[in-house]
Amino acid sequence: MNWIRRTFRPEQVRELILVLLIGLIFAFFSTQITGYFSPRIFNRITADVAIITVVAVGEVLVLLTRNYDLSVGSIVGVSAYITGTLLTRNQSMPPLQAVAIAVALGALMGLINGALVSYGKVPSIIVTFGTLAIYRSVLVEISNAKTVVTSQLPQWLLDLPGANLMTVGGFDLRPMVLMALIIVVLFQLIITYLPWGRQLHAIGSSPEAARIGGLPAQKIVLVAYIVCGALAGLAGFMYLVRFGNITVVAAQGMEMQVVAAAVVGGVSTNGGTGTMIGALLGAFMINLLQQSLLRWLQISEFWIDALLGALILLAVLVDHIIMDKLRTIWARSALQVTDPASEIKESSHVA
Amino acid sequence: MLHKIERFLTWESLLVVLLAVIVVINAVQTPFYLRPENQINLFQLSIEKIIVALIMTFIIINAEIDLSVASIMGLAACTTAYLWTNKYPMELCILAGLLSGVAAGIFNGFMVSKIGLPSLVVTLAGLIGYRGLARVLLEDQSVGQFPEWFNRLGQQPFIGPFPIALIIFFILLIIAIVILQYSGFGRLVYVVGNNKDVARFSGVNVGRVKMTLYIASGFIAALAGLLYTARLGAVRGDTALGFELDVITMVLLGGVSIFGGSGSIWGVLLSILIILNLRNGMGLANISGNTQTGVIGLLLIISVLGPNLAREARAAWNRRTYVPRA
Repeated sequence: MNWIRRTFRPEQVRELILVLLIGLIFAFFSTQITGYFSPRIFNRITADVAIITVVAVGEVLVLLTRNYDLSVGSIVGVSAYITGTLLTRNQSMPPLQAVAIAVALGALMGLINGALVSYGKVPSIIVTFGTLAIYRSVLVEISNAKTVVTSQLPQWLLDLPGANLMTVGGFDLRPMVLMALIIVVLFQLIITYLPWGRQLHAIGSSPEAARIGGLPAQKIVLVAYIVCGALAGLAGFMYLVRFGNITVVAAQGMEMQVVAAAVVGGVSTNGGTGTMIGALLGAFMINLLQQSLLRWLQISEFWIDALLGALILLAVLVDHIIMDKLRTIWARSALQVTDPASEIKESSHVA
Repeated sequence: MLHKIERFLTWESLLVVLLAVIVVINAVQTPFYLRPENQINLFQLSIEKIIVALIMTFIIINAEIDLSVASIMGLAACTTAYLWTNKYPMELCILAGLLSGVAAGIFNGFMVSKIGLPSLVVTLAGLIGYRGLARVLLEDQSVGQFPEWFNRLGQQPFIGPFPIALIIFFILLIIAIVILQYSGFGRLVYVVGNNKDVARFSGVNVGRVKMTLYIASGFIAALAGLLYTARLGAVRGDTALGFELDVITMVLLGGVSIFGGSGSIWGVLLSILIILNLRNGMGLANISGNTQTGVIGLLLIISVLGPNLAREARAAWNRRTYVPRA
């Protein structure tokens, strides 16, 4: 047992448990459902998870600072819709420009959130609850109840979701999935190694201490919101690519799935704790469980929400009970024997 | 002199001015606005939300939040409708609906007060989960054809020109005022909201206060859900979807601090009147429901941003006028 304590931190143990759980879910359902481990299901799950994950990465940045962003669903919807509309009007727009527009739109909405939270000093839950409604109603207003339809979109966009980068035994690596993976790894590195990433943790762990320590907390939180918005904007583009048809209610309620993925992945809503890998695993597990249960029990789509609520609660509950215990064990062992050599030296000194 | 003026510059007086402005603008816009029918109708159109806002005031003053109220409304309505389609007597269905709300409230309260999870996460899970259960019960069908007396209760005046929901609201309002502003339990709600730990060390049973509030919240949300059902005469899985935004806006605009410990029913009553009149005025001016929701969202942010900016402006002003004495 000792080597576990020395090699891993409690958070990493938690992620290992998640991986194990995902493995168990796979193992269990592959005995129950015929043709379970098929490329079709795999591709469907990864395509869904890719979008959720990109939004969740942004959400984790904000959650780390002990704030919330509940408006991401509306940001995804707005940027998907506006980008889609612009593409239908101007078929010859280069792909990169379309992505840039989606990201910029998201960043702008994130900027509004962040400015209100960090400079307006309005609690984040109020700001983003309000902007969730505002962004959506702005979208309904500018759209005149028109929808973006697949047939009017340029051909390259329609080809993108089916494109293959790599095929391993029928399992495809789609461009969107690759992009999501790159973003997860990139931001995991950023929050682990860059000063800005460490500062996010510091602010979330104790806002007061960070302030007294002289961190420019307002600026850091603002940037976290902008990046979160930009990633949601990017996810809006991915949403457009995946679905093609965009109505004004696109991505409505996605904020719930995103928060669920983060919480199940071990991101604390009290700030300061959480990883991008965890969010990815959380998103993957939720989606896997939903798809599997739908196929296994033949239950209706209507169970999805009830299941999601139960999962979030379960994850928080497990965190509260087990993670506290794990941390205590780690802290205690760190106190007892940090280094056997120094202990011997100390005792001989006393003698 | 300045101090005397400042004593009137409270949040409530600001709300009164705002309300007066809205009423005057509406009255000028259309003469129909001031008629008693329209005034009752204006209450009737969001009566369920303002009933829930009363209990939400308690919960937010207690430094917690309940995001799941709208889903509990939906759950209660769907439970009732589900049993009704299975040919149970209506009285039993209503009782079951109310009980489902109480059960949801007990569950929320247990997670928050006994286990100690953050209420935001618990009720966010509730927001999704209870709505999910409601959808599971009714799937995609719409249930109507309730007994005639049930629909009449929701749609016809009960005593004089007042429908039953409005009477229930006024009774609950009086109860809420008495409990929150004039009773021992009301004091406890403030004390726990101000500082949970100090309250606990002073011998207050914090868990019981929170539990009581969540159960009451579940019950009242269920009651509101049933009143909504009676008024519309039909139930679907998405009944009362998104109502929590309006409810929380009403409470926060009323000057209740999101961090708990301060605020009053009077302020919330004023903000209820403001929001109702604003919506009614916008409705009469043919502004769509969607834009109205956007405006309410904006109002929610401004209601917190405004006082913040005012406080900073005052602090800056004080710094400037500070004259060091020799």
